[in-house]
Amino acid sequence: MSWFLELWSFPFMQHALLAGAMVGLLCGYYGVFMVQRGLSFLGDGLAHAAFGGVALALLLGWTPLYVALPFTVVVSLGITALRERTHLGGDTAVGIFFAVSVALGVLFLGLKKDYSVDAFAYLFGSILGVTGFDLWAVALLLILSALLIPFTWRSLAYATFDSELARSDRVPVRLLDYLLSVLIALTVVVSVKVVGIVLVASFLVIPAATARLLSPTLYRMTLTSSLLGILSSVVGLLISYQVDVPSGSTIILSQAFIFVVAALVSGKARG
Amino acid sequence: MVALETDNLTVRFGDFLALDGVSFTLPESAFLALIGPNGAGKSTLIRALLGLVAPSSGTVQVLGQQPGQFPQHIGYVPQIKTFDRSFPALALELVLTGVLRGWVGRIKPEHKALALEALERVGAEKLAARAVGRLSGGELQRVYLARALVRKPKLILLDEPATGIDVIGEKDMYSLLERYRAESGATLAMITHDLDVARYHASHVAILNRKLFGFGDPQTVMNDDCLARAYGHAHHHHPKGVTL
Ligand SMILES: Nc1ncnc2c1ncn2[C@@H]1O[C@H](COP(=O)(O)OP(=O)(O)OP(=O)(O)O)[C@@H](O)[C@H]1O
Ligand SMILES: [Mg+2]
Repeated sequence: MSWFLELWSFPFMQHALLAGAMVGLLCGYYGVFMVQRGLSFLGDGLAHAAFGGVALALLLGWTPLYVALPFTVVVSLGITALRERTHLGGDTAVGIFFAVSVALGVLFLGLKKDYSVDAFAYLFGSILGVTGFDLWAVALLLILSALLIPFTWRSLAYATFDSELARSDRVPVRLLDYLLSVLIALTVVVSVKVVGIVLVASFLVIPAATARLLSPTLYRMTLTSSLLGILSSVVGLLISYQVDVPSGSTIILSQAFIFVVAALVSGKARG
Repeated sequence: MVALETDNLTVRFGDFLALDGVSFTLPESAFLALIGPNGAGKSTLIRALLGLVAPSSGTVQVLGQQPGQFPQHIGYVPQIKTFDRSFPALALELVLTGVLRGWVGRIKPEHKALALEALERVGAEKLAARAVGRLSGGELQRVYLARALVRKPKLILLDEPATGIDVIGEKDMYSLLERYRAESGATLAMITHDLDVARYHASHVAILNRKLFGFGDPQTVMNDDCLARAYGHAHHHHPKGVTL
């Protein structure tokens, strides 16, 4: 306990724990819909779109978040529209935008010539260097998401189960698809600064997949995934501090460890 | 009162004409059997009644309204269960979408009681806590039927509800539907490939194959000539005196 209090006395650690917990919660929540909609790959795709946006911001000399946000939202809407209008599967649509975004990102960085290490901070995140601004961005999205839950969760879940059945009950399925794709894009962008482009996908996929193994209902899956998101971030950060290794890896490894335990437990329960 | 009314209803999918100038009027509390060969547009007609496909021309009225206006009054059992089998859901939760028209979070006792009662009516109370993705075809069909009944609908639209249900279960299902219709005055419209069901259970029959080949009282409409014309088209030849 005193060990934890000592940790908490460092402002950078406070920021890191808060940011990690909030990102874990957000990603755990939205990850449920991504995993159940077969969009696990979307997290990776949007993270790389965010890379394109960050690179553009660095080229223009603007604040990365302000460019990456609209850039990633547009890409996410594009993926959703492509999926809706063509017979392409979700992973194909993501793959196309993924490649183009990375190509644009590399192009923008190439044009800048004197590109600094800034871009690389985004690749792997800098949870121990989280600023007040980054924290606020995550907190605002968390508040917005919490406010939306009472109006959207039931319908999103219904449409995820069977969009045709939901449509027959007048659920605005298309509108929700686009809303979800915007919210996921926002989640990815605010998370990227904290956990990095390379690792954000695991925040979206691993806690939700773990929760799926442990939950008989979507309600339980949603709660479990959100809690696991928080738990693995906090545990990973504490381990990283204790052993003095990069926190990104310890967080992901914590997520993976819980997943393996869940897989063993649910495998046993099934006999 | 009129339950269903279509006037010159036409539905196209691109160049493909799925329904061609279908007009009929079905009174309230009727039991309509919708028959016709595979690909005749039967499911498309039901989906048009639900507001899931828009007419290319013509009009549709359901319970005196535009389609899709009052889903709470309509119980629907789809033909193809398009749901995601990996979705973590209990049979009870699927039934509850019939009440809530949304997915359920924490289950309230009064909702649970409603769902259990509906499952019991279709002889599936034992399935309540089973995972939906692991149900057999017939079990799933019963759960969907419970989902349709639990909202106490004024109109029930059933797309081949007997598929996968065993013989005893099928009899039970028809008597259950008959009883519900008698008690509530609800209207039934059911797609079936079983001509005997159409002949002996239904008050009205519609013979469909893109166009409406016959509509009305089963005894008069279901004559060999009309059936042969409707079903003959499906196979793109016109044999005289087909035995069906
Ligand atoms: N969304 C769609 N897009 C294109 N074509 C469609 C679509 N829905 C249905 N069709 C076509 O319309 C025709 C009628 O389909 P429908 O499902 O209504 O037939 P049905 O009478 O229910 O057949 P079955 O007895 O096999 O269930 C079929 O040829 C089908 O391929
Ligand atoms: Mg059909």
